[in-house]
Amino acid sequence: MTRIQEKFNQLKSKNEAALISYIMVGYPSEKATLAAVRGLIKGGTDIIELGFPFSDPIADGPTIQMASTESLNKGTKIDDFFSIVKKIRKEADIPLVLMTYTNILYNQTYQKFISRAKEVGIDGLILPDMAIEESKDYVKAAKKSGMDTIFLVSPNTQNDRLKKIIKATSGFLYMVAVFGTTGVQTKIHKYTIDALKNTKRSANGKIPVGVGFGISTDKDVHKYVSSGADAVIVGSANIKIMENTPVNKIESKIFTFTKKLKNKTR
Amino acid sequence: MKIGIPKDGRFGEFGGKYIPETLAPAIEELEKSYLKIRNDKNFKKELGRLLIEYAGRPTPMYFAKNLTKTVGGAKIYLKREDLLHGGAHKINNTLGQALLAKRMGKKRIIAETGAGQHGVATAMACASLGLKAEIYMGYVDTIRQKQNVFRMELLGAKVHAVKSGSKTLKDAINEAMRDWITNVDSTYYLLGSAVGPHPYPLMVRDFQAVIGNEIKKQMKKIPNAVIACVGGGSNAIGTFYPLIDTKTRIIGIEAGGKGVKTKLHSAPLSAGKKGVLHGMMTYLMQDKDGQISETHSISAGLDYPGVGPEHAYLKDENRVEYKAVTDDEVIDAFLILTRTEGIIPALESAHAIAHAIKISKKMKKTESIVVTLSGRGDKDIDIVKEYLSKQ
Repeated sequence: MTRIQEKFNQLKSKNEAALISYIMVGYPSEKATLAAVRGLIKGGTDIIELGFPFSDPIADGPTIQMASTESLNKGTKIDDFFSIVKKIRKEADIPLVLMTYTNILYNQTYQKFISRAKEVGIDGLILPDMAIEESKDYVKAAKKSGMDTIFLVSPNTQNDRLKKIIKATSGFLYMVAVFGTTGVQTKIHKYTIDALKNTKRSANGKIPVGVGFGISTDKDVHKYVSSGADAVIVGSANIKIMENTPVNKIESKIFTFTKKLKNKTR
Repeated sequence: MKIGIPKDGRFGEFGGKYIPETLAPAIEELEKSYLKIRNDKNFKKELGRLLIEYAGRPTPMYFAKNLTKTVGGAKIYLKREDLLHGGAHKINNTLGQALLAKRMGKKRIIAETGAGQHGVATAMACASLGLKAEIYMGYVDTIRQKQNVFRMELLGAKVHAVKSGSKTLKDAINEAMRDWITNVDSTYYLLGSAVGPHPYPLMVRDFQAVIGNEIKKQMKKIPNAVIACVGGGSNAIGTFYPLIDTKTRIIGIEAGGKGVKTKLHSAPLSAGKKGVLHGMMTYLMQDKDGQISETHSISAGLDYPGVGPEHAYLKDENRVEYKAVTDDEVIDAFLILTRTEGIIPALESAHAIAHAIKISKKMKKTESIVVTLSGRGDKDIDIVKEYLSKQ
């Protein structure tokens, strides 16, 4: 069992949903990344999603695009990413998920990249441009290394497709809350709640369902958890905090924000 | 070797559809709708009429006598796509896709553009068919091709200047895809090159294949060589596809910029590596980590780090030769054609001319070369002027 699967089992026995927190590695600096990780862990987040920047992030809105560009401009390389993950692993046993784009893996071959990621302590992968039709080699390589493959579904994903995606997914299923890219939204749509219920029905208890994209407040967290989400994923809101906070205050600011969100998952 | 409808959207190992899940239903709907109209008589008739009466097809095949004499080798013929409405081959595709969008009941059209030719062609097609157009264009390109920005606006389109990334064509595509993800139900994405997720490379090739089909009809004998410039590769695949199963030597010319051994070029087939971008697996310019490299070309229309998957396939199958020419060679070719024939070519097309000049010298006088002159060069005269003033 992977760290992610174990975590969901523990939470289930406590009747709690998971809080999954995203940050962009190397934004605005390595030091800030490590400070944010400490704040997230102290604040009680259950899973940390580490973004590795890609030059062309088509699924991301302005906030994460900005963080990607900044991180790349600072010179963040994949070797730096792996060395940061190693540092985090020395301090914590929390599940770590990598979110990036297909080309970053494809470039080194899926197998090589995934076994290296697993070795340094990554537990699962999210690739927003990896469609189920193209995923055979990727899933095969991940299975071989015991890496979870977290696929995304959308409110417009039809049921037959949903079934195929669920079959290829491990760890948890990532439901995109909105038609759009990542970033803060101002309201929760009825179609999202309907889609969440439908997705949960298809998942049928076999795989946890997390909701992400546009979730930024404790109220959002409460709404999704009370509608049946097994996890909520918060990303751009963390980046926004980091954008406006000096490095020596990042840990405490992220801690306070995370604690507030985590309270609503119980 | 000739692939009609690619199975699973793949040309050999290239292509596919690497897309965010939100786009999956839209791509599926597009594929179904396109395959349905692909052989629909009424659709073909309507498009055929527009191509003749509105766009100005068929385009002439012109024997460039003076150029041939100046170079002194094989006969050079020009396929005059520059004479089409709007001044480039782009209208062949935009009319086809805009008609399809209309049949699908989509009222809002989005498109990306590099040099602005596809944006202009989209704006024209939409104006004539009563559709609303919004065009994404890299900020850098809006500066170097500002005349085309105004043309699009005059034609009723809204132009968004994209300020993310390298602020050129690839970023315009990123932004158009983000718009599509957000407005997936109401919007049709009218891609301008033979790139992107399946079925775009297929559709764009089919709509542009009119170029190669006319070449076959217009030349008494199949030419010894055909040459076209390759950015994303739409005029090239349209030229090449109908000739794949002939004996013609086929040559695609990439933008060599300051030279393919420098980093300042846009030649992924000559100096790139396989990867995944904009929904397709193809050759890409990228660094060691898989980050997409910033490209350079004197022509905005070729300034793109990827290439259509069918070209990647034809390269690996050794059916098409892909070469690169430098900015300097392009300017020389631009001037030679302008002065010998009185034809001002687009800088994109001048790439193909430059290579034709190179190889015709080594060919027999009885042999022939057809060069697709994909567009006219009025849009580029400021760039050429600046280039010459620096020499």
